[in-house]
Amino acid sequence: MTRHVLAKVDDFADREVRRIEAGGKPLCVAKVDGRFFALIDRCPHGGAPLSGGRLTGTVESDGPGDYRLCRRDEMLKCPWHGWEFDLATGQSWSDPKATRTRALSPEAMQGAEVVKGPYVAETIPVEIDGTYLVVDLP
Amino acid sequence: MIDADFHVPQCAVGDLLPYLDDYWRAQVVDRELPSMPFRLSSYPAGSPLTVNPEMRELGVSEALDTYGVKLAVSSMLHGVVGLHNPDMRAALMAAVNDHLAATWLAQEPRLRGSIYVSGEDPEAAVAEIERLAGDARFVQVLMLAMQDLPQGHRRYWPIYAAAERHGLAVAIHAGGLYRLPPSVAGWPSYQFEDYVAQSQVFENILVSFLGEGVFQKFPDLKLVFLESGFGWLPTTLWRTDKTWRGTRQEVPWLDRRPSEIVKGRVFLSLQPVDMPGPEELARILAHIGTTEMLLFSTDYPHRQFGPEGPLPAGLPEAALPGIRGENALNAYPRLARDPAAKAAAASLEVTP
Repeated sequence: MTRHVLAKVDDFADREVRRIEAGGKPLCVAKVDGRFFALIDRCPHGGAPLSGGRLTGTVESDGPGDYRLCRRDEMLKCPWHGWEFDLATGQSWSDPKATRTRALSPEAMQGAEVVKGPYVAETIPVEIDGTYLVVDLP
Repeated sequence: MIDADFHVPQCAVGDLLPYLDDYWRAQVVDRELPSMPFRLSSYPAGSPLTVNPEMRELGVSEALDTYGVKLAVSSMLHGVVGLHNPDMRAALMAAVNDHLAATWLAQEPRLRGSIYVSGEDPEAAVAEIERLAGDARFVQVLMLAMQDLPQGHRRYWPIYAAAERHGLAVAIHAGGLYRLPPSVAGWPSYQFEDYVAQSQVFENILVSFLGEGVFQKFPDLKLVFLESGFGWLPTTLWRTDKTWRGTRQEVPWLDRRPSEIVKGRVFLSLQPVDMPGPEELARILAHIGTTEMLLFSTDYPHRQFGPEGPLPAGLPEAALPGIRGENALNAYPRLARDPAAKAAAASLEVTP
């Protein structure tokens, strides 16, 4: 596994969704309420870049005409066919048994602990004692 | 054997006079309505489709005998449903229902009845259901397929609430009011187009029931499509499942795939079988994945089959007991409680 730096934490706006390539893999990275999530940026259904989608929640209902918005912004809606994926697990909400996208587990770490990948080495000055977003990739 | 789609002959308007109150009897007579045929146009007298040559010599009881039918859900499709005057329509439709009960249901114990209502006037439909629900011989509420709003719409919900409350299935039969295009593409020019389009209407109705959440709102409601065909079912269900995945937030009451929701809730009469042969039929059934929604039907006296009889070749052997009767016990709550229906479903006599 190689640890890659994806971005500076401070560069991410809350509820931002961004495509970031790391280790040759396109990732869809999202920040929600200070938590980061990353998915392989390819919808397992039709191949769309998930980073082009919108954050969304789930809607629960007790029957026709009843709507409850739940888990606001914890899901990502694919831009092509509207399938929703749980950012935390990659689980497709629309058809849980059939579809799962790969969820990775990025975590915010102190810069000093980072084994920096090429991106970091090139663009982020190591001397800044900030926090970075990293991900482990094979 | 239980027949889900059996039509007793349409009575003349004059035959309805004994079932009308003084006012409506006078109106019908004074306005010379008995001279009007009020026929549904798919089966005009003399049309090759109207009477199956196999049934030409068969009266109602003889037809039941011929096809081994122990119990038939009968209806009298009457053109009075097309009237604009809501009060006259309600009075004449009630008279049709009373005529059905007083003549056919009284004479032929193998017949069960339909409470024929107009979706145009849900209040009158509910009143009619309440008026007749005490008669256990009525096992379904019957509407025609084409109305000015698709059947899942909330406007019709009082009808479904009443049906559910009384253990009546809701049946929708092919046909319309002649003032709405039979096709969602607009008015066709020919009867050929009109007749073919009838099955497409049922696709729209099924999607409407799903989208509007009728199956969730009325968890015990059973929906029966009569003369709808069923060859279209796989592609429609595939499309609803596929589309639901992306539009689930709009209709969140659809908490699982539509193809799952319709299981045990939607039933379709066997005839007409549109597939050209047994191989195609078997393939369609494999696509549907179950035969539990199919209800044996003769569509007496209409022409849907030839000398091969109403049970087409290509039905899996294991599916026959269900199609012949057991499925009908799931479709019609009142038949499930009817000892004669249970006996009819258990009968495994082979049709001649």
